[in-house]
Amino acid sequence: MNEKNSFSKGIVDGLPICFGYLSVSFAFGIFATQSGLTIFEALLLSMTNVTSAGQFAAVPIIVSGGALIELAIAQLVINLRYALMSISLSQKLGDSVRLPDRFVIAFVNTDEVFAVASGSDRPVGRKYLYGLILTPYLGWSIGTLIGAGAGNILPASVVSALGLAIYGMFIAIVVPDMKKEKPVALCVVIAVVLSCAFEYLPFLQAVPDGFVIIICAAVSSALMAALKPIPVQEVAAND
Amino acid sequence: MTKFWVYLIVMAGVTYLVRMVPLVLVKKKITNRFILSFLHYLPYAVLSAMTIPAVFYATNYGASAAIGFVVAVILAYFGKSLVTVAAFSCVAVFLAELVIKFI
Repeated sequence: MNEKNSFSKGIVDGLPICFGYLSVSFAFGIFATQSGLTIFEALLLSMTNVTSAGQFAAVPIIVSGGALIELAIAQLVINLRYALMSISLSQKLGDSVRLPDRFVIAFVNTDEVFAVASGSDRPVGRKYLYGLILTPYLGWSIGTLIGAGAGNILPASVVSALGLAIYGMFIAIVVPDMKKEKPVALCVVIAVVLSCAFEYLPFLQAVPDGFVIIICAAVSSALMAALKPIPVQEVAAND
Repeated sequence: MTKFWVYLIVMAGVTYLVRMVPLVLVKKKITNRFILSFLHYLPYAVLSAMTIPAVFYATNYGASAAIGFVVAVILAYFGKSLVTVAAFSCVAVFLAELVIKFI
């Protein structure tokens, strides 16, 4: 099957992610330096991890001199969803993607990169993927640098408003497909109900956030896969 | 701060392994219909669970976040791009907080 494999198309598709990341990583930069990290350390964290929730969780552990095992487990739990995304993405890769490419692409397989790649109607090729991950990675790094360096001079109201950027992107990915596919809408409702239950119900509240996301996502997806498996022709199209 | 480098290596190592191992190991095309369906629904489920209720705590006020959320959902419903939705929902939060402080 023909692949989506144009570098420039990848760049174009990655730009919205890049802009979204600029604001979120900007917020991270502010948070990191205000917590006591240097600008250089904040930048390094972003350039080596590229994971919003994981980095926000790591900063307090690092500045308080927490145990390494605590940091490792926190990252494992918060980022475990990426393992599911990588399995899912592996099914979308075209024949042009070789083993060394997989090692590189995995490094920037973020929620948004994954969402865009998996939203493609065709398999994705290596050139497309390199284009897709390039500007988000730059946006994530540069936003952190600017936020860490200049964040203190921004009014708190602007920083607060930027907090919504990442969720705006998530909503822009999910809502249009809820409209198109009723089972997707139902899946979203189930995931949201579960997520709220873990936030507000006693006992369930004690479950760490990283586990919550995995449990909510796995349960609602499995439920929908059992109730409404995708049409057989789509299965065939994936072969 | 040499301890920082140890933290950095551990953190980046864990994060990378979680992403890399499945992507490198899963090479075959999955044909099981249940698993394919599961993977089809997964991105929506992950993003939804990450968004609600966290989005309502993402700004200085629950009310401003709620307004930003509603603006984002409406724009997304009418098929606006990722950047448009993200930018206008931030602007909505900013304006809402101006009003909230004024009140």
